Amino acid sequence: MYALVDGNNFYVSCERVFRPSLQGRPVVVLSNNDGCAVARSNEAKELGIKMGAPWFQIKHLEDEAGLVALSANFTLYGDMSDRMMSLAAGLGPTQEIYSIDESFIGLDGVRGDLTERARKIRARINQWVGLPCGIGIAPTKTLAKLANHIAKTAERKPGSYPADLAQVCNLAALPASDLDAVLAATDVGEVWGVGPRIGKQVKAAGINTVLELRQLSTSTVRANWSVVLERTVRELQGQSCIGLDDAPSAKKQIACTRSFGQAVTDELPLVEAVSEFASRAAFKLRKQSSLASEVLVFVRTSPFRDTPQYNRSIVVPLVRPTANTSELTAAAVQGLRHIYKPGFQFAKAGVMLLDLIPETQRQAELVFAEPYKSVCSEGRDRLMAAMDMLNERFGRSTVHVACTGAERNTREWAMKQERRTPAYTTSWDQVAVARA
Amino acid sequence: MYSTNAFDQPVLLSDAEALLPMAGDRVQAGFPSPAEDFAVKRIDLTEVLVTHPQATFLLRVSGESMKDAGIFDGDMLVVDKAIKPRHGHIVVAVVDGEFTVKYLHMRAGRVKLKPANVTFPEILPKEGQTLEVWGVVTSAIKRFVC
Repeated sequence: MYALVDGNNFYVSCERVFRPSLQGRPVVVLSNNDGCAVARSNEAKELGIKMGAPWFQIKHLEDEAGLVALSANFTLYGDMSDRMMSLAAGLGPTQEIYSIDESFIGLDGVRGDLTERARKIRARINQWVGLPCGIGIAPTKTLAKLANHIAKTAERKPGSYPADLAQVCNLAALPASDLDAVLAATDVGEVWGVGPRIGKQVKAAGINTVLELRQLSTSTVRANWSVVLERTVRELQGQSCIGLDDAPSAKKQIACTRSFGQAVTDELPLVEAVSEFASRAAFKLRKQSSLASEVLVFVRTSPFRDTPQYNRSIVVPLVRPTANTSELTAAAVQGLRHIYKPGFQFAKAGVMLLDLIPETQRQAELVFAEPYKSVCSEGRDRLMAAMDMLNERFGRSTVHVACTGAERNTREWAMKQERRTPAYTTSWDQVAVARA
Repeated sequence: MYSTNAFDQPVLLSDAEALLPMAGDRVQAGFPSPAEDFAVKRIDLTEVLVTHPQATFLLRVSGESMKDAGIFDGDMLVVDKAIKPRHGHIVVAVVDGEFTVKYLHMRAGRVKLKPANVTFPEILPKEGQTLEVWGVVTSAIKRFVC
């Protein structure tokens, strides 16, 4: 048995905890560079704002409908997510944190009324952290996701489903005929794993509701579509095929790429940007205890603008696998200098660390020219560890390599984040104010 | 404990280092410390001030209306959203979309917010409105040297 706990309009809900004046108003949170709406309050959804709507297209609603748009405050959302996940874990013995606002909980061995238990946890998350969420409970992960969707839709659109399924929906507690009715009222595209492409295909075959999909024989599904869809159908039929994923596997590549707040033509700001991206990627690399053997760097102009186009990347192989920021940054800058060409308006750049190996697999290489600098490497590892600790305690980039640029806020390529709320829970100087 | 190996074959020694675990406590040459049996953890401020970590937030005070409770402008409040608010608690409430810190008065069916400063007025919920308590103030922190 599984539960899926999912925050409602997560980013917006986080903002509302500290700015109660946003309750009941249309609010959106904009992605990096204030580009598109990545979270919308229910009121914003009612204005017709779609997920991913570009900001310039909806900006007029600020004056016309009182829309409030905020820049993404990931520092805040990450901390609020930790709090929510920690409380959600109380629902069962095992947990898989699926994304920043979603978590599966394994319910094996949990006694008593699961629905009631879920209601209590939901109420606790709402009271303790201030975040509303939906909880779905079902015998398989795919059904739990569906149950969660029903819990949210039943709350947001009264009449779409029986009212007692709102907020917490336990499909395992429904008699078979009621379950059939609920699945018949749900579009097949809502099933986890049925995206727009597969959705079109099954609908072309006359399958429009989840009930119809579930009623297919698994051999038919495998023959006509794929073994992946067959697994989904088995899960819909109550056969658990997807288990909880306790530890995320280490990433095989680590990328850090950003679009610029304004076009960049000179080499120096690109050096700064590429150094910054390499530093951030190096930090993530060390966090997962890996080493990289190659560094890829790319720069590109904007394909949306009518300027001369330039789009080039280069792979810089490293003498030995490393997680050292200085070495990785040096390689990235070296690569950039190779591909940079003056006269173009660059809109985006990125660094990717490739060919990752676990740090326990360090191999010596055959050295012909220079003596093997093994003595230095342990000292450099300690330098990196100290740097990571300082940055975690005092804020990112407290200690950084010089080529990332000295004046942090005036770097011309820095992301536009003109509407970001304070770091209410992580910075002493930015906490919310209570009037006395 | 007793080996059952036959001893007629030579036993291959491994060339790995022979690592022996160290004794747990440092073995002193002289006296054992008389404090050993009484060793207890130091006072941990976070443990004292934070009962419900997921529900605890810090807010800064701006204004004078709680002076008589010892809460001054610039103080840092430790606010716990997990505690059920009761009459007499100092709470952070939401009034007109803003956070305000006041005493909570809940008696005889009447709910209101009271200041701790005679020059300030009470706050009563408007017609049909309920008072929204955001959290209970458990401590106030004053820093003299930052």
